[in-house]
Amino acid sequence: MSDLYNVSSSSHIRAKDTSSKIMLYVVIGLLPATIFGIWNFGLNALLLILVCVATCVASEWAFEKLIHKKSTVNDFSAVVTGLLLALNLPHTLPIWQAALGSVFAIVIVKMLFGGLGQNFMNPALGARCFLLVSFAGTMTSYTYDGVTGATPLALLKNGEAVDTMKMLLGTTAGTIGETSVIAVLLGAIFLILMGVIDLTIPASYIVSFGVFVMLFGGHGFDLTYLTAHLCGGGLMLGAFFMATDYVTSPITPMGKVAYGILLGLLTGLFRIFGANAEGVSFAIILGNLLVPIIEKFTIPRAFGQKKEVKQHE
Amino acid sequence: MKCAIIKVVDLCRLARHKIYKLRWTAVWAVSGPKAVLKNIFKESGARKMGFMTFKGGVHPHDGKEFSKDKPIRELLPKGELVFPVSQHIGAPASPVVAVGDTVLRGQKIAEAGGFVSAPIYSSVSGTVKAIQPRRGAVGDMVNSIIIENDGEMKEVEYSPVQDVASLSKEEIIGRVKEAGVVGMGGAGFPTHVKLSPKEPGKIEYIIANCAECEPYLTADYRRMLENPEDLIEGMRIVLRLFDNAKGLFGIEDNKPDCIAKMQELTKNEPRMEVCPLKTKYPQGGERQLIYATTHREINSTMLPADAGCIVDNVETLISVYKAVKLGMPVMNRIFTVTGDAVAEPGNFDICLGMSYGEVLEAAGGFKVQPEKIISGGPMMGFSMFGLDIPTTKTSSSLLCLAKDDVAASETTACINCGRCVSACPEQIIPTRLAKMAGHGDMAGFEKWNGMECIECGSCSYICPAKIPLAQSIRTMKKQILAERRKKK
Repeated sequence: MSDLYNVSSSSHIRAKDTSSKIMLYVVIGLLPATIFGIWNFGLNALLLILVCVATCVASEWAFEKLIHKKSTVNDFSAVVTGLLLALNLPHTLPIWQAALGSVFAIVIVKMLFGGLGQNFMNPALGARCFLLVSFAGTMTSYTYDGVTGATPLALLKNGEAVDTMKMLLGTTAGTIGETSVIAVLLGAIFLILMGVIDLTIPASYIVSFGVFVMLFGGHGFDLTYLTAHLCGGGLMLGAFFMATDYVTSPITPMGKVAYGILLGLLTGLFRIFGANAEGVSFAIILGNLLVPIIEKFTIPRAFGQKKEVKQHE
Repeated sequence: MKCAIIKVVDLCRLARHKIYKLRWTAVWAVSGPKAVLKNIFKESGARKMGFMTFKGGVHPHDGKEFSKDKPIRELLPKGELVFPVSQHIGAPASPVVAVGDTVLRGQKIAEAGGFVSAPIYSSVSGTVKAIQPRRGAVGDMVNSIIIENDGEMKEVEYSPVQDVASLSKEEIIGRVKEAGVVGMGGAGFPTHVKLSPKEPGKIEYIIANCAECEPYLTADYRRMLENPEDLIEGMRIVLRLFDNAKGLFGIEDNKPDCIAKMQELTKNEPRMEVCPLKTKYPQGGERQLIYATTHREINSTMLPADAGCIVDNVETLISVYKAVKLGMPVMNRIFTVTGDAVAEPGNFDICLGMSYGEVLEAAGGFKVQPEKIISGGPMMGFSMFGLDIPTTKTSSSLLCLAKDDVAASETTACINCGRCVSACPEQIIPTRLAKMAGHGDMAGFEKWNGMECIECGSCSYICPAKIPLAQSIRTMKKQILAERRKKK
């Protein structure tokens, strides 16, 4: 036996899933919301989505070329960022602003902090907040069926009546991907079935937000009001696709629950007591910043770590 | 408050499982309603049986089909046999033969080097050719006794006992010690030490580890099918030592025939019980097995005896039976040769000291050139760069893989997906620990419970970024243990 065989430390077999496959699943999970957005808002939305995705991928490629690193564009994470960003923009946004946002998301939020896995906040949301402060006018003007109007959530804030059925279906004003609760949930169910996300964060987020709205919303236990809040704005998109972003959410099981509750409280606070009708993006970004602290306080108890042996007879 | 949060988490898990059931709609769409019925029945049956389990774990492809149905074949060794003096945890044995001596099968060639140690016996008759360092399965050089086999298999006379009941507890342990029985599942901890806890009266469970959760391995499976009486007899002998103990056989539910057989054979044994376990890796890990069968938890600072348990593997219990009843020392074991690169995978009754290459020849050699050969299972086994390595008491299999997953997969950045966390049977955070190991952060590593790692490799297996997490953690654990020893 002269030829030597491979030697490595165990384990010697690997599961089939790879990071790029997971990212691809997320893209597929976003498709229902994307397709509905294009149908709802027209070709302008499609153009915006394409520009965001293309700019994200291109800027990641260019940045890595510039600093002589191996290109990581084929892991699909830039596609996810671009798509998520586009779904969080109004379809009337000027193309150049969307492109600028995409560059900001990839270069400033993601690559400058070390690329995939190192960014401390969700790149898409970071870029959305950047655009919101920079271009408040275009970022908050929503047109639906040719008429510029307020989003259901803004109406709700002003105490006007909203059509919750329309909000569920998504035939209202808003950003490209957030309007249809049904489309978002379809994608979320797909991700849950594929084992990509689990319900811990979305559930604790939505439940704690619901409780907050009931306590401080001023309407008590008003089901229509509550439903409108749950269906309105980017809550569903945020809870299932952005709060669950692996990199910027806690990894500890307890931390996930704490993080979800924190997001729910912050969103409620911003929506009900803040100046804006919206609150999801800022809540998630603030939550992202607190992740290291949350993790520090939620180091799980290891198996069998207890003062005495557990007795179950 | 904490309790409530745990409940919420559990509810979320439950909800996820409920939604999981939706996949039947997909099965319906693809293969029609009959397929749904068939699958649901299959699953509910499995669930009823596989009730006992632990939290975490992974489901690698089990690969047992290669050698599952191959009956045990006895192998007679040719040429020279190599007996490393360290085939167990503890002090190496010291040779009691000299070069040129003639030895018989069953003759002691090295005696225990301390209390935590075990003697070694020749498995053939022949002449001692040399005593020199040889390479072992783990890759290190171990002092070894090399015996030239004369092919006659002349045996020493053993001293069987008619009635085990006539032996005192000390005599039973003495016979186990003298026969050189060690944990033959892979750890190699001397069995007589395990059987002598401080307070024998407090031992409540003797758990036979029949899980065989490592993919590909079928040695224990064949043993249970072909020699179940020996296994039960071994258990009976161990139970004699512990008056308050009950014997449990923990068997994974991918071996329903073994479960049925063992249940049938133990139905008139009031002190024995068969515990069907859910098929999941690492169900046969000592801490996991104890939890699954008794719901008691132990950590890295405790021994199974602290939870009133003693865990022994199938092969070990059979060796106990042979040692106590027949007076035969450990000279043989069941060994699986398997993998997609082997021509005729099978299970063999080998004489210890044969080389892996010789056993492979008996299995028809290679069908295709493998990229990797492993001593043991794919999850915790040791990869070897050659075949000229002797089998020892703890060698359970030779696994030859045509494709090496590890070399083929490229490590990418951690995306914090948390799959390692849900796979970890010790409920620690492998990815953080691996990062701390990379930074040499010993304090952080211990704070995040890194020392609790059982090195099962589930995290490395499941990681979508293909990061060798278990390897980093293992290295760090060794460093910390070395530091601690230095301080003492």
